[in-house]
Amino acid sequence: MELTGLLFYLMSVLIAGGIYAILCLALNIQWGMGGLFNAGIAGFFAVGAYTSAIVTTAATEKHLGGFDLPIPFGLAAAAIVAGVTGWAVAKICVRLKSDYLAMASVGIAEILRLVIVNEQWLTNGSLGISGVPRPFGDTFQGRSSDIAYLTVVWVIVAVVYIICQRLNDSPWGRTLRAIRDNEASARAAGKDVDWFRLQTFVIGCAIMGVAGALSAHYFKFLSPSATEPLLVTFLVWVMLMAGGSGNNRGAIAGAIAIWSLWSMTEIFTNRLPPEWITRSSYIRMLLVGLLLQFVLQKFRSGLIPEKSPPIRFRDK
Amino acid sequence: MIDFINLYLVPGLTIGSVYALGAVGISMIFGILRFAHFAHGDLMTIGAYGVLTAVWFIPLPPLLLLPFGIALAFVAALAVDRFFYRPLRKLPTIYTVISSFGVALIFRSLAQLTWSSGNQVFVPGVRPPLVLFDTFRIATLHAQVIVITLVIAVALHVFLTRSQLGRAMRAVSDEPELAAVAGLDTERVVRWTWVIGAALAATAGVFAGMDTSMHPNLGWNLLLPMFAAAVLGGIGKPMGAIAGGLIIGVAEETATYTWFSDEAFIPSSYKSAVAFFIMVTLLIFRPQGLFKGRLL
Repeated sequence: MELTGLLFYLMSVLIAGGIYAILCLALNIQWGMGGLFNAGIAGFFAVGAYTSAIVTTAATEKHLGGFDLPIPFGLAAAAIVAGVTGWAVAKICVRLKSDYLAMASVGIAEILRLVIVNEQWLTNGSLGISGVPRPFGDTFQGRSSDIAYLTVVWVIVAVVYIICQRLNDSPWGRTLRAIRDNEASARAAGKDVDWFRLQTFVIGCAIMGVAGALSAHYFKFLSPSATEPLLVTFLVWVMLMAGGSGNNRGAIAGAIAIWSLWSMTEIFTNRLPPEWITRSSYIRMLLVGLLLQFVLQKFRSGLIPEKSPPIRFRDK
Repeated sequence: MIDFINLYLVPGLTIGSVYALGAVGISMIFGILRFAHFAHGDLMTIGAYGVLTAVWFIPLPPLLLLPFGIALAFVAALAVDRFFYRPLRKLPTIYTVISSFGVALIFRSLAQLTWSSGNQVFVPGVRPPLVLFDTFRIATLHAQVIVITLVIAVALHVFLTRSQLGRAMRAVSDEPELAAVAGLDTERVVRWTWVIGAALAATAGVFAGMDTSMHPNLGWNLLLPMFAAAVLGGIGKPMGAIAGGLIIGVAEETATYTWFSDEAFIPSSYKSAVAFFIMVTLLIFRPQGLFKGRLL
């Protein structure tokens, strides 16, 4: 019994870890490859989560829709709506320099949060959306449904990884790194810097939307307070920095490593005396903050450092 | 009209003063150290909790206990600069931005650990408002906040234009290479930037905490309008930041006034989006701000 319990605990860690891995891959496109500082990850994550929830839940009076469509439509809609939101944001903000983009993206996340909390007709406000279906929810019940979901999440991680890897090795990816490392010379070489940045931002945001959708289908319930937005954004940043920004495998490794660490400390903090248990999440937050400082100072290249893809010449 | 002044303009100037004091620090740090300091809001929180703790032990009005909060904010700011920001100074500044993002969380979780995550008040009870000419009803705190902010603004202006240290700070902000070549002690300037930034942040934090109530997210929630104020005033222009803060505060409050119809022009739940829109519009059309700040 003890062992199966542990196994299912491990699975819940891996499901959430997979969702974080997708977020991390998305941020790796934006920051690792494109050098765009997005501090509003949680905003696009939430947009994706709500879109997919609205598209797939049964019809109801409480919020827009339920359109009762199959889950793949929900995931696609999440990617599209989050991508379009990202496009609108990027159209305005992408030419801002790094620090300003950081400020603007914090603001965007805040505005998206305000919309979600206040627009009752759209999202049912602070009461949230319940009854979000899980893939294969009819076929599998209870714990086997967790196994099915674990598979779904990691298949999507694999797909996203392959897409990211192709982007990374392509001429498009090379151009991005050129822009990131030396904007002036990339411009001089005739690259449309703003257009490339716009694409980067949109692709990253769309993938973040998919991650949001996956979390909505996992928890089956969605409310503005379900996730602490700052924590999501911050954890993803720590994961990417620790894993190795610029490297897709690093992004996944970082997500798994940091998320395991985060979940593992939960086991230890649960054994603290009762008056400390309520504070345990703050202690973990503090430790992750300190970990980020350590990574930034001593471990900047991360677990799996960035490696330029080999240049292949076509044989004649 | 009277309602407009009592319920919109004066509260706007009050919250504007809070933004102004915070924005001065952000603007100076951005000008001199060249990075957007994301932990500035949480530095305010730390300073305010310092005063809250002093209030528990010393039976004096919170505003007289400000030195305790300022001292705590000093120590916090100088410690994070020494241990977290200085090792990254040679790298691209975006690493320091990421670091400050982490410091914001460190400050907040320390506040939650030390002072609990609930709401706390400085002084329980309601104080009667000041009534002027039988028409203007102004909360005593609001009057104090606005007056103190104006005094600070004047003092800061005198310091920056008349004292040698103040002139050195402006020099480093305007032209760092030239300032270094001219033999100015950059590290000393950096230290004093933190001292002034932290002192004003603690003051602003106490004002904000007394106006509503004290909780660990207090400062983070004020960060966005403070950035907007710093951009509006022009980066590296402390006086601009003061003006920017007051403008943003008044704009936020008066945007909810019934300008064109019986309904609020902007629903008050979307109030905090006003600062953001001002900031983004400015960044696109006039990134140097109203007072010709630096373009970084």
